[in-house]
Amino acid sequence: MKEKISGAHAFMQSLLEEGVDTIFGYPGGAIMPVFDALFDYHDKVNHILTRHEQGAAHAAQGYARVSGKTGICLVTSGPAATNAITGIADALLDSTPIIVISGQVGTTLLGTDAFQEIDVVGITSPITKWSYQIRYAKDIAWAVARAFYIANTGRPGPVVLDITKSAQNEMIEFNYEKCNFIRSYTPIPDVNSNQIQVAADLINEAKKPYALIGQGVILGGAEKELINFLEKGDIPAASTLLGLSALPSDFRLNKGFLGMHGNVAPNIKTNECDVLIAIGMRFDDRVTGDLTQYARQAKIIHLEIDPSEISKNVTVDAPVLGSVKDSLPLLTEKIKPATHTEWIESFDEHDKREHEVVIKKEVFRTEGELTMGEVVHKITEATNNKAVVVTDVGQNQMIAARYFKYSQTRSVVTSGGLGTMGFGIPAAIGAKIGAPERDVILFSGDGGFQMTIQELGTIMQENLGVKMVILDNRFLGMVRQWQELFFDERYSFTHMKNPDFVAIANAYNIESRLVSKREDLDAGIADMLKDDKPYVLVVEVEQKGLVYPMVPAGASVTNILLGD
Amino acid sequence: METKLYTITVFSENTVGLLNQVTIIFTRRALNIETLSVSPSALEGIHKFTITLFTTQEMVEKVVKQIDKRIDILKAYYNTDEDLVFQELAMYKLATEKVLDFGSVEYFIRKYNVRVLEISNDCTVFLKAGHYAETQALFEELSNTIGVLQFIRSGRIAITRSKVERLSDMLEARRVAQLKYEKR
Repeated sequence: MKEKISGAHAFMQSLLEEGVDTIFGYPGGAIMPVFDALFDYHDKVNHILTRHEQGAAHAAQGYARVSGKTGICLVTSGPAATNAITGIADALLDSTPIIVISGQVGTTLLGTDAFQEIDVVGITSPITKWSYQIRYAKDIAWAVARAFYIANTGRPGPVVLDITKSAQNEMIEFNYEKCNFIRSYTPIPDVNSNQIQVAADLINEAKKPYALIGQGVILGGAEKELINFLEKGDIPAASTLLGLSALPSDFRLNKGFLGMHGNVAPNIKTNECDVLIAIGMRFDDRVTGDLTQYARQAKIIHLEIDPSEISKNVTVDAPVLGSVKDSLPLLTEKIKPATHTEWIESFDEHDKREHEVVIKKEVFRTEGELTMGEVVHKITEATNNKAVVVTDVGQNQMIAARYFKYSQTRSVVTSGGLGTMGFGIPAAIGAKIGAPERDVILFSGDGGFQMTIQELGTIMQENLGVKMVILDNRFLGMVRQWQELFFDERYSFTHMKNPDFVAIANAYNIESRLVSKREDLDAGIADMLKDDKPYVLVVEVEQKGLVYPMVPAGASVTNILLGD
Repeated sequence: METKLYTITVFSENTVGLLNQVTIIFTRRALNIETLSVSPSALEGIHKFTITLFTTQEMVEKVVKQIDKRIDILKAYYNTDEDLVFQELAMYKLATEKVLDFGSVEYFIRKYNVRVLEISNDCTVFLKAGHYAETQALFEELSNTIGVLQFIRSGRIAITRSKVERLSDMLEARRVAQLKYEKR
């Protein structure tokens, strides 16, 4: 007979079977047996102790986003699980493969309001791809195998495993078998050749085809396939926030960034193209604006892995179900080589206007207060456009998305769908661990930085070379922007009195510098990038900066404010 | 857009919490479920949900796709009344002395095809199977004549008229897919 091991050891063995070498976690009562088992595997698994469970969840996301691997978050029951909720919801909306493992009270205590008991499966059902409670040790191997299969196949997403303390302690014989099939779950629909033909016919007849790139391209690893497709069809393309870095910034047909604070031409051209080809994106309202005025003139093709996204927001003329990794090459084969020079050049006048009216002011200012844009621009240049950029949420995020440049895929880690302030620092921790050889630059506002500022402790303990840039305007800048533009300049609770960030960083033994003048910026950036140690660069930028262009919420994508 | 009654059929694995996973999809979109019936299906280990609601075709299409997307859901689809043979059950509790005062049970049996489940000193219980309008008509007539002490109506159960058996087709396709995976 096989030797029996505890459920906790079985759990750790299961994680090893799935190739896990990194865990972001925080111990506590109901998960102690697993943490005790983890002690025996410290040579195989790197456990990062965060300072809050939300940090552990976001770090797992950052790790997953840069590496493509499933991020693991290990926490206890009750308040720990509820603290992780924001990260779980964020991972659902941004299709990020993470597994959150929460401890739970013993099986006999379930439902009795025991200490630190909360209905984790009930709470997380609406915000997970799969949420399951393990009550008996015999189910551990099955549930873990299933969790990995579900989290990181098809359209990825978060999985929660809630494991009772009694299951962790029970002794069982351990057998592990990877999961590669669930009869009720079809992760990747087969590509239908009729759908390909219909889409190809539309593209071949198009005079003004236009492609919108989403994160699906990155998740499917279809960056090359995308370039082949765009080049053969000579099709200009623009990217959603999460699709950024799927195409290199300097790629000839890459026309920029879509959406509320995107580039002018990509938004305007949405309403001028004759065939709109959406590739692994989901027509979020921050991209479409008013749906009744969105691309009404165009035939719409949608390459999408998730059937429930087809015609969810925008009615699609030609759906192409499947992974873009499979469908793009088939579509490329069926389209005729084409040239659309005039159409592509028609983007230029809008680019010029945006440069004159917006970019010059934001990025190439020579006098007055510092702007966020010039900080981002100088740092992308100083890192040769090769860094991973992590953002918090708000103006810092939009400015970073607009002015950072990318030369390789998986270079953007940002909270798109949920828009989670406080995402930045912990996500940057995960990103640095997931891509240790790359520069990881965080852009955060002074508001978001203080939402998860405690994670500086994690950075200190792990000595992670995360380069943190606080774009400090002493305001909750994006909300202030809306107040200025749409709420009659009534600045209701958006001003912030901030601590001495340099002193805080120094207290965590992290080098830091304050830059408040233009002439000091280059030296500050050089100091930050001089080695691979953690660094906090605090840049005092203009208090009342505005992110332009802006498509006001609910307006048409052609109704763009330029601030001129 | 036009609102009408749709019947959603869902086949799922028999796992804990599945009902919650299905109902939260309606809650999110503030849709009111008219009737809901859940029971084991003809296939062991597979449960069948029959859900009715008033909504638009556009909405029911989106809801069905979002239900179908859940991991443990095998198949979800929707129909309108024309595609279905459907039925509800209703039970009516009456005071026996008032039934006797009324004088005739035969009347209800002939007119409404009522089955009498129970007659005792305390109460008489009628059962009627039919569409909503039919069970409602009996309720109204009984209320106006004898008086109804308790009334309960089941959720709709339904069977599709078409030749296509979507669950069996789906299971067969998945069986073939599984064989492919195993060969690999």
